[in-house]
Amino acid sequence: MFAFYPIYRGYFRTSLMMMFQYRIAMLIWLLGGIIEPLMYLVIWRTVSQQQGGSVGGYSTNDFVVYFIAMMMVSHGTFTWIMWEYVYRIRMGQFSVMLLKPIHPIHSDIADNIGYKFLTLTVMGPTVLLLAWFFDASWQPTYWTLAAFVPVLILAFLMRFYWEWSLAMVAFWTLRIDAMNQAYIVITLFFSGKLAPLSLFPQFVQRAADLLPFRWMLSFPVELLLGRVTPRDLLIGIGAQLFWLLAGYLVMQLIYRAGIKRYAAFGN
Amino acid sequence: MEQNPVIQIDQLSKVYTVNEREAGLIAAMRSLVKRKTRDVNAVDAISFTVGEGEIVGFLGPNGAGKTTTLKMLSGLLHPTGGSASVLGYRPWERNRDYLRRMTLVMGQRNQLLWDIPVIDTFELNRAVYRIPEAQYRLAVDELTELLELAPLLQKPTRNLSLGERMKCEIAAALLHRPSVLFLDEPTIGLDVTMQRRIRRFITEYNQHTGATVLLTSHYMADVEALCKRVIVIHHGKMLYDGELTGLADRFAPFKTVEVKLQNGLDGRPLAQYGELMAQTEGRVTLRIPKDDTASVTGRLLAELDVADLTVQDPPIEDVIEHVFSQSPSPLDDPDPQQAQSG
Repeated sequence: MFAFYPIYRGYFRTSLMMMFQYRIAMLIWLLGGIIEPLMYLVIWRTVSQQQGGSVGGYSTNDFVVYFIAMMMVSHGTFTWIMWEYVYRIRMGQFSVMLLKPIHPIHSDIADNIGYKFLTLTVMGPTVLLLAWFFDASWQPTYWTLAAFVPVLILAFLMRFYWEWSLAMVAFWTLRIDAMNQAYIVITLFFSGKLAPLSLFPQFVQRAADLLPFRWMLSFPVELLLGRVTPRDLLIGIGAQLFWLLAGYLVMQLIYRAGIKRYAAFGN
Repeated sequence: MEQNPVIQIDQLSKVYTVNEREAGLIAAMRSLVKRKTRDVNAVDAISFTVGEGEIVGFLGPNGAGKTTTLKMLSGLLHPTGGSASVLGYRPWERNRDYLRRMTLVMGQRNQLLWDIPVIDTFELNRAVYRIPEAQYRLAVDELTELLELAPLLQKPTRNLSLGERMKCEIAAALLHRPSVLFLDEPTIGLDVTMQRRIRRFITEYNQHTGATVLLTSHYMADVEALCKRVIVIHHGKMLYDGELTGLADRFAPFKTVEVKLQNGLDGRPLAQYGELMAQTEGRVTLRIPKDDTASVTGRLLAELDVADLTVQDPPIEDVIEHVFSQSPSPLDDPDPQQAQSG
């Protein structure tokens, strides 16, 4: 584990250097990550106000806090690897990664974390500003805050492994845009991004429990809102660990099959 | 220089399956239902051995299978058949220890990170290859001197010229002091001075570290300067493995005879002696079938006022071109006797 430390330090360093080169592009990405939850926030807040101050057990303030928290969790766990992989394979850049004596996932993880740290400088003030603007009231307990840290890390890792695995479909076909789009739509419903899951019909909630997506997003968000009991917390962490392990195994399997198939395009 | 074999490949093959489709909309629709595929033998059962410290030229026209072979040897591609061992490892298992001991340089591939200074890519490689600090300093200093990198290291890669970038690419690929080098067109697109510098560098690195080098190049000057031994492949099959000098003996059916005449040409019909290649004032170059060389030079000396006469093997480029323009199938199997030289 410690053997990786200097390598990660090296990756952080270079990825930060590169991001400074693309400040504007980065800001635009970031804007997308802010606007989407903000849009749902405004919609649900309006709906709630029109319904007399609450919908399905969520008060107007709850919606505001939910979507601000969703903005943070979503930002903290999101990856862009599914878009990058195709480019990487098509341009032969993957060959360069394969030649290095380290699994290519490490540079991606480091790159992702580097981006998150850098964008915290914008994300942090944005969250505070939105909380002030929408007059959000939030009283977390110490234990939920303490539990939130490992839950968020698990959410990040499981999302990373699963999306890295999906991205590898690019080994078989370079036309993965449709698949990516389908993935986005599915997560939109089952992760709680569009609306708190408890507002959905029973069968959607059941399905969401069985799928990995809610454990990536809505579970950490609900934890922050104080809507998770200690018992549910343990179940949730269990589900996260299960999906993390499964994602890791799937990643290894697909990776092994993928590089066998890899055609090393280009010269 | 037959020493410990570092690279051993036996019947190595790679078959690509490519989708085939005729032009046009109807064909496109048909391919939705039924895909036509075709197998392409990119590398077809080639075998050779390279000893420690050898520099071997790997020659062939575009699409001969050189790059595919190098990709298999560096672990990027899984072969379809046969076996290979480099430094005792099976390359495509991509053992980390193997990856730390070899390098692949492709003239058209970039490992330097585009937007940041070259030295920072070096730093990253130091971490990734776990190069000890002292050894890293030494390697950077040495490479900087040999390749004259000093003014380039602080520049972002995107600001370098092609030649500068290539020098830095090579340096980045050698920081970890690999003992096996696969160089795919390391001088492509470079001017003559730069080509010469890189060639000299490869020789120095080889002498200095005893590294084994397998190199492809379209520039025969590279091959002539660096490689005593060459392996020639065409259509994925091996045509020749042996000394570079033996290539002409084996494949060139001609010799080149250059004649300088005392009193100029005077319109004498020289074509009767052989194929006229070039003709300038008083000087003529003829191509003569190898077997007739002795008799034709005898006749030239007897029948004309010859001031000077030289007999040469045709330029290696012509030999290679001749080999590749021959029948698309291999001429014959490589001679196992010759295969062991180098």
